[in-house]
Amino acid sequence: MPEYDLMSDFTSPFWPWFIFIVTIGGIFWCFYLLMSQKNAGDVSEGEEAQPTGHKWDDDLEELNNPLPRWWLQMFIATNIFGLVYLVLYPGIVVFDGVLGWSQVGQYNTEMEVAEKKYGEQYVNYLKQDVATLAKDKAAITTGGRLFSTYCTQCHGSDAGGGPGFPNLRDSRWLWGGEPEHIKQTIAAGRMGAMPAWGAVLGETGTKDVAAYVMSLSNRKTAGDLQAGEEKFKQLCVACHAAEGTGNIALGAPDLTDDTWLYGSSRRSIEKSISEGRSGRMPTFGDFLGEGKTHLLTAYVYSLSLED
Amino acid sequence: MQETYNYKVVRQFSIMTVVWGIVGMLVGVIIASQLAWPALNFDVPWLTFSRLRPLHTNAVIFAFGGSALFATSYYIVQRTCHAKLFAPALAAFTFWGWQLVIVLAAVTLPLGYTTSKEYAELEWPIDILITLVWVSYAIVFFGTIVKRKVKHIYVANWFLGSFILTVAVLHLGNSAALPVSLMGMKSYSAYAGVQDAMVQWWYGHNAVGFFLTAGFLGMMYYFMPKAAGRPVYSYRLSVVHFWALAFTYIWAGPHHLMYTALPDWTQSLGMVMSLILLAPSWGGMINGIMTLSGAWDKLRTDPILKFLVVAISFYGMSTFEGPMMAIKTVNALSHYTDWTIGHVHAGALGWVAMISIGSMYFLIPRLFGKTEMYSVRLIETHFWMSTLGVVLYIASMWISGVMQGLMWRATNSDGTLTYSFIESVAAMHPFYVTRTIGGLIFLSGMFLMAYNVWKTATAADARAVDAIIPEPAH
Repeated sequence: MPEYDLMSDFTSPFWPWFIFIVTIGGIFWCFYLLMSQKNAGDVSEGEEAQPTGHKWDDDLEELNNPLPRWWLQMFIATNIFGLVYLVLYPGIVVFDGVLGWSQVGQYNTEMEVAEKKYGEQYVNYLKQDVATLAKDKAAITTGGRLFSTYCTQCHGSDAGGGPGFPNLRDSRWLWGGEPEHIKQTIAAGRMGAMPAWGAVLGETGTKDVAAYVMSLSNRKTAGDLQAGEEKFKQLCVACHAAEGTGNIALGAPDLTDDTWLYGSSRRSIEKSISEGRSGRMPTFGDFLGEGKTHLLTAYVYSLSLED
Repeated sequence: MQETYNYKVVRQFSIMTVVWGIVGMLVGVIIASQLAWPALNFDVPWLTFSRLRPLHTNAVIFAFGGSALFATSYYIVQRTCHAKLFAPALAAFTFWGWQLVIVLAAVTLPLGYTTSKEYAELEWPIDILITLVWVSYAIVFFGTIVKRKVKHIYVANWFLGSFILTVAVLHLGNSAALPVSLMGMKSYSAYAGVQDAMVQWWYGHNAVGFFLTAGFLGMMYYFMPKAAGRPVYSYRLSVVHFWALAFTYIWAGPHHLMYTALPDWTQSLGMVMSLILLAPSWGGMINGIMTLSGAWDKLRTDPILKFLVVAISFYGMSTFEGPMMAIKTVNALSHYTDWTIGHVHAGALGWVAMISIGSMYFLIPRLFGKTEMYSVRLIETHFWMSTLGVVLYIASMWISGVMQGLMWRATNSDGTLTYSFIESVAAMHPFYVTRTIGGLIFLSGMFLMAYNVWKTATAADARAVDAIIPEPAH
């Protein structure tokens, strides 16, 4: 018997047997119903079936024709198919089926077949470094297809990103743009966290800091720049560095350029400061395996070379 | 003075069938347009697809389909029992209560109140109102059966009875929840995880099985022989397929959860039972079509019969398609694609709507002391519009669905996927437009019906009279 007792669905051994009995009993009950009616009410050729003799609502009557033969046979055939299927495949809880099929097993088998068929070419790509692969047309085509499947949901089909999702086509990198940085980002994922400073800074303080941050990229806005700079030196430099140029070890953005992950308006900068932000790049290394991660790295790296 | 049938509640539900049919299908056309042209969401939260879609499904299933079932079941149970409706005050409550449920749905769903359970999105205070209406419905229906003047219970009443009983069980089982806020309209389901999914599809599939199949088979078993003027083909077949249908349907829900976290055995069992369901479902189709044998000539002249016969044909087609789609291998291609949407509408437009429309054209003049609708030609036109609309709808969804399924699984020689998801979305656009046109044609036919009903009910010789109860034949 399979290990149904490990399933949280069933807290007692009663249920598997209950399902077994109702299933098999039900199918045999259908058989019984059909066999009992098989020849009942047969009308010989040339004769017409007679009404049952009941009458409703003036003229509603029922003839008593026998069950159509082809229908009866179809019904019996589906019953037999059902029983055979339940012998071959899991379906009655107490018995796993003689084929030993499971959907996890099917998945693993299909993955093994795919691995045998396609696995080698990805392993071969590992022999070349990222910079070389980035110039290899065939490698980049396959890498681009991988990107279409796994990355476009967030980064867009043109890799141009969107609010909260980095643009991968430019040469500005939150976590670094060297091949080893990109590979690390894809394989292990990243967690970017900007703390919420609203409670510490208050409304005026937030405005002042925003004004100072904007001044770093030569933009002017209302607010006390000096007060903003003071607060910035206290609270922000640990991550964004003294000059506001950021830190790729922490994924802290460079605030002196014109690239803004969450939008460049005063409003969204104030929101970033007061409410904080959190960005998450998922981990793909285990899922994709070394070869595909390597190839994707090369593709993403190649995008920044175009810039 | 001779005793008469209670036609008032039948009239009320019949008129509302037409009204809610138009509303439900109009929302359907709107959301179909939104899928083809997303700008039509207008960035207004309560007009977005996600909120209007449950409004569409609830409006067509429970408002349109529900009103049609209430109207016809109250008519059928009285006429075939030769007895006036039991508990008329409760019957009146079912009308006003059900209308209130619909209005509350139309307000709360666009506002974003939802349990997120498909076809059971309404929050707990409305669920309680549904329960009250449904229990009253059961009392009225079964009370009338008990009062009957004929010994035998007519076959339509078995189907209607099983529909009322099972829907009560399904609603109570699936909607079981812990309310946490009255004004916030918030509750948490009694089930979690994969059990929640299984209970949901036990409900969802049997809403199809007992609301949209058994209930409308009850309608068919009365109006088909009446309109054809022929006896039901086989009493024996009706008994066998009734019990087989009732037994088998309740198991088929897991086919909605193929290749998910649902245990393997549950999936296989659901698939097996779905296949066994084919013959019991077809029993109704055979009985409907064969009832017409000997009166086929009427089909040329009577557009009501055309509606009924085409409805039964779509019923037969969808009940064949359903078991096929439940097969694991087919499901692996069809699941999550538009094929499912096409399948549902072959049932919803082809079967449910067309059998209801045909029955209403037969019923409504009789509720106003007439024998025919104002214009038979308009019924004919309506019939061809409906047929064309359904065909455009389901054909476009079949092609689009199979195309989607094939695009999603296509691979290149390097093992990568040939198409990104967005490419499959872009490829669906022409089919989404075709589907919208099909739906629009079907909806336009409903406006013809509304005009025809209006002219029939307000004609000089139309009177809202209740027929006298005749003596039973046996």
